[in-house]
Amino acid sequence: MSTPVAKPGLLRQSRWNPYAVGAAIGVLSWVVFALVDKPLGVTTSLTGLAGACAVPVLGAEAIASNDYFKAHAFKWDYGMVFLGGIALGGFLSSLLAGTFRAEAVPSVWRERFGGSVVKRMSAAFVGGILAMYGARLADGCTSGNGISGSLQLAVGGWTFFLTLFAVGVITAALLFGTRRSSNS
Amino acid sequence: MPFLAAVAAPVSGSSALIASLVFGAIFGVLLHRGGVAHYNTIVNQFRFRDFTVLKIMMTAILVGGLGVLALHSAGLANYHIKAANMLGVTLGAAIFGVGMVVYGYCPGTAITAAASGSLHALVGLAGLLVGGTLYAFSFPWIAQHVLPVGALGKVRLPDVTGVPALVWFATLLVIAAVVFFLIERAERRTRAAVATVDSESR
Repeated sequence: MSTPVAKPGLLRQSRWNPYAVGAAIGVLSWVVFALVDKPLGVTTSLTGLAGACAVPVLGAEAIASNDYFKAHAFKWDYGMVFLGGIALGGFLSSLLAGTFRAEAVPSVWRERFGGSVVKRMSAAFVGGILAMYGARLADGCTSGNGISGSLQLAVGGWTFFLTLFAVGVITAALLFGTRRSSNS
Repeated sequence: MPFLAAVAAPVSGSSALIASLVFGAIFGVLLHRGGVAHYNTIVNQFRFRDFTVLKIMMTAILVGGLGVLALHSAGLANYHIKAANMLGVTLGAAIFGVGMVVYGYCPGTAITAAASGSLHALVGLAGLLVGGTLYAFSFPWIAQHVLPVGALGKVRLPDVTGVPALVWFATLLVIAAVVFFLIERAERRTRAAVATVDSESR
């Protein structure tokens, strides 16, 4: 098939159609449900990694005696390897698209809060703490609750999705204002 | 159907680990090429300036949901429903919502972003691990005081409403079709307006 305008091949396009990407994630969830008998999820396995990383700081005993870490012990199981796969996929995808580049302060943040790296990194760190704490309290994140839960019509999944979205909109309005004049 | 039975048998052992690496990599590629491994895309969704996140999530829910429903009806897949502890889920989602906007990523997109060069995503990953540890140490109190409040069990919308799954999906499909039609039309108009301004300023 030849097109009149030379377009880069699929693997080199930096962005794919979002509906196609969503549909592909849906198809991926069919395969994972049928073959691995598990839903797509991220933070459950991340909990085990958190425990493993906390060992040098808090001591092996504190981690081993914690009931939650006992139930979510670190192991190289399906979920943990899946996280490694996500990193591998993101890395290869950005190399192929030619978009791999170090970014410390994204443009939308810079426009509002300036170019300070320390400020951005501090916010990312605190935001990360909140995101993971919330995801554990809700027993799932955007993947495990928002997509996997919602696609099974789980009550918890939809409660998570709708609450997250509403609170996210309020937070963004407080942080960035609601003025529409500046673009990007 | 022996073929389907073989397909439906869960993979195990080392083949499961290889499969999970491949599935994870596909997920990472999709998040990256979908454009959601970028701070700007995620934050601008919550500012209603970019609808990529909603387009991806709603399409994934509809396509994934109808397929998993079909697989489940055919006896080829099990549901994996998490307990709807309403207070825990609502509070957790609210804290998550604040965190996601301040961080600019959710955990899956954060891993993808860090792997494609985002340094602040990498720093936030350390925050995720700290957050997981804080939760683990607050868990005894949470399990006693928060999780039991409004604990509905592992329920689905059809269970609590009596409305069949297919009706839910049909409704969601109609809502999504209308919303995305309007969004696409608005985005076309914005692009046209930007193009006009560009050509006039040239």
